[in-house]
Amino acid sequence: MGLTNKSTGTRVLETELKIEKSSPNDRVIALAGNPNVGKSTVFNCLTGLNQHTGNWPGKTVANAQGKYIHRHQHFILVDIPGTYSLMANSVEEEVARDFICFGNPDATIVVVDATCLERNLNLVLQTLEITSKVIVCVNLMDEAKRKKIHINLERLQTELGVPVIGTSANKGNGLNELMDAVYDTSFKETALKPLALHYDEVIEKAISEIQSSIELSLSCEINTRWMALKLLEGDQTLIDAMGRYFNFNLSEHDELIREIKKARDFLNTHGIDLDGFRDKIVSHLVNTAEQLSRNVVSFTNDHYNARDRKIDKYLTSKKFGIPIMILLLGIIFWLTITGSNIPSEIIASGLFWFEDRLTQCFTYLGTPSWVHGLLVLGIYRTLAWVVSVMLPPMAIFFPLFTLLEDLGYLPRIAFNLDNFFKKSCACGKQALTMCMGFGCNAAGITGCRIIDSPRERLIAIITNNFVPCNGRFPILIAIITMFFTGMLAEPVNSIVSTLILTAIIIFGVFMTLFISKILSKTILKGIPSTFTLELPPYRKPQIGKIIIRSIFDRTLFVLGRAICVAAPAGCVIWLMANIKFYDISILSHCAFFIDPFAKAIGLDGYILIAFILGLPANEIVIPIIIMSYMSTGSIMEFDSLQQLRTLLISHGWTPVTALCVMLFTLMHWPCGTTCWTIKKETASLKWTVISFLVPTLAGIIICFLVANTAHILGL
Amino acid sequence: MNNDTIPLSSIRLGEKCRVKELISDGLVRRRMLDLGLIHDTVIEPLQKSPSGDPVAYLIRGAVIALRQEVASMILVETLKP
Repeated sequence: MGLTNKSTGTRVLETELKIEKSSPNDRVIALAGNPNVGKSTVFNCLTGLNQHTGNWPGKTVANAQGKYIHRHQHFILVDIPGTYSLMANSVEEEVARDFICFGNPDATIVVVDATCLERNLNLVLQTLEITSKVIVCVNLMDEAKRKKIHINLERLQTELGVPVIGTSANKGNGLNELMDAVYDTSFKETALKPLALHYDEVIEKAISEIQSSIELSLSCEINTRWMALKLLEGDQTLIDAMGRYFNFNLSEHDELIREIKKARDFLNTHGIDLDGFRDKIVSHLVNTAEQLSRNVVSFTNDHYNARDRKIDKYLTSKKFGIPIMILLLGIIFWLTITGSNIPSEIIASGLFWFEDRLTQCFTYLGTPSWVHGLLVLGIYRTLAWVVSVMLPPMAIFFPLFTLLEDLGYLPRIAFNLDNFFKKSCACGKQALTMCMGFGCNAAGITGCRIIDSPRERLIAIITNNFVPCNGRFPILIAIITMFFTGMLAEPVNSIVSTLILTAIIIFGVFMTLFISKILSKTILKGIPSTFTLELPPYRKPQIGKIIIRSIFDRTLFVLGRAICVAAPAGCVIWLMANIKFYDISILSHCAFFIDPFAKAIGLDGYILIAFILGLPANEIVIPIIIMSYMSTGSIMEFDSLQQLRTLLISHGWTPVTALCVMLFTLMHWPCGTTCWTIKKETASLKWTVISFLVPTLAGIIICFLVANTAHILGL
Repeated sequence: MNNDTIPLSSIRLGEKCRVKELISDGLVRRRMLDLGLIHDTVIEPLQKSPSGDPVAYLIRGAVIALRQEVASMILVETLKP
């Protein structure tokens, strides 16, 4: 199918596990943990804002790196994907295991959830099988205290044989102790004596038999006991990884292969086949975790999760589940639309006031008019539009959305919608990747790694673009305000705007499901795979941190990227609009050429050109439309959307045009960054092209139908 | 031991039960084991999603949603209260 766990796994490691040490003495620390245990909070607290990559909190899908200094020593913290296990059953588990095993970290921190210790200990035990340089960070101690769960950390430390530190990372508690423990462990020469797991005698015998043979054939630093276990298990992903990192080719070691075969035969004679072997290994891990947690955890309140159950009764109930979900979405849109109106206008008037000063400056200096045109009318105006139209909605939308994420609501969305996805033969977690797509489709596509089945992951990648990202929101909002609600009075207009926007989003969701179904029946045939989704406890969000994080990590990150694209684009567009052949600009030549086709789908040549030139970033679509309509060949000075509306209507826009532009905004090719991300994620040109074509064709067909139906009806 | 095992999918909400057997193999089985679904693990169905499928179960302190197909592959025995 072009996309296998193996191929993606390799690529992920090769591109993302490059550690940049500033000095050879720097210590590399891996940060592991189950999803939803506050791993990102620990990461952010330790590294501050010294992050290497734009990290999308909550969903650590790419390896983020950060640095911190403790006791004059530099540490590089590598955030590895959140997983429940290191058995390499999914891409993320493979990435996590490979980093702990082959990334050669000086120590590994495993973050666990104090309110759900038993389940989390499984990962700790598996990590201890690979390396003894482990620090267990029991996070969310405050939550545990609130739920009256007591954990005996000293006892846990004694039993595990490695440092155990209790933290409440969101309050900053325990982090110093954690850094001390990391410091000590990473410099320890002698290996710790961690808890050793002893499987039943038959298995132990099989392990020890091939362990010595591994020691002979392998000269690299790896835990041979664990290696023996994996070879007995027949873990192909590990054998491949050994080849990648150690140049170790199992097929060249006849002696070892013979020993493995012998050990397996030995197991078989004792009634343990491959599945049985895995069962026994996992059962032993689970039982050990259960025993450990029984020894160290005590509950004073058996109904510690009663509140969560009560909330779930409403948020996922048959009657209220889906209506509440749509209502929440609506409220977010309403706050975004009404809240961003005034700041948008203030920023716009400020930036255009500055433009006038710039123009005066240029006139004063006597620079040629084309220099002024290119720099001020081209680049500066495009930037001004992008900033004033994008910044306010993003600054409102992102914190609100992060709030929902931090509360733990997003997995409930996936839970509520899973049945629809199942009927489309897709994965319920696709709902989560769609949520990420609201922020940025490229982030949504990277997020698709949480989907295990390669087939379902591809469906999620191809359809992610049906969710409008933050670059496309402003287009939708602006058009709705101009053409459908501008004539209404406050506060009715903002409510109607919200309803229309929500309807468009729901239509996008509908299209996602519809296209997923078509894909499942055609080029990505298959049945839905197993689906397991954790519904983590609801958590009290940290409002202050949410605002800081969503502004720095998301808003400025996305805006910065948009600006980087908008500046050169503004330059190119100004040139296209101002360089003339036979008295007509290049832009107009192009527009005339595609005008008949554009008209057939309810747009016009200039609009379609704008979408094509907007490939680098959708944010610049509206600026291009305006620039092309203006006879002066640059964006007009816009003070109000009303003025813009007059301009659009004078160029033949009707409500039908507006509707088609909105639909086309929802459904056309993914932006440049997204295409590049798809290529990176699928490692296949074929699927990138398909991801490009599917939303484009859907948009063309739907717009064609709408435009022609309207035409027939005489609208 | 009681031989009356029934699929997890037919257990009513709030009724606790114990895992007796997993009728699956390969990756599906490994996933189930990863959730801690080994012999004698106690499970309690907590909440149905709006359409009745999937259902959220309490498994070893974590709330996990399973689709009907998966739940029917887990054979359990009800716990007498």
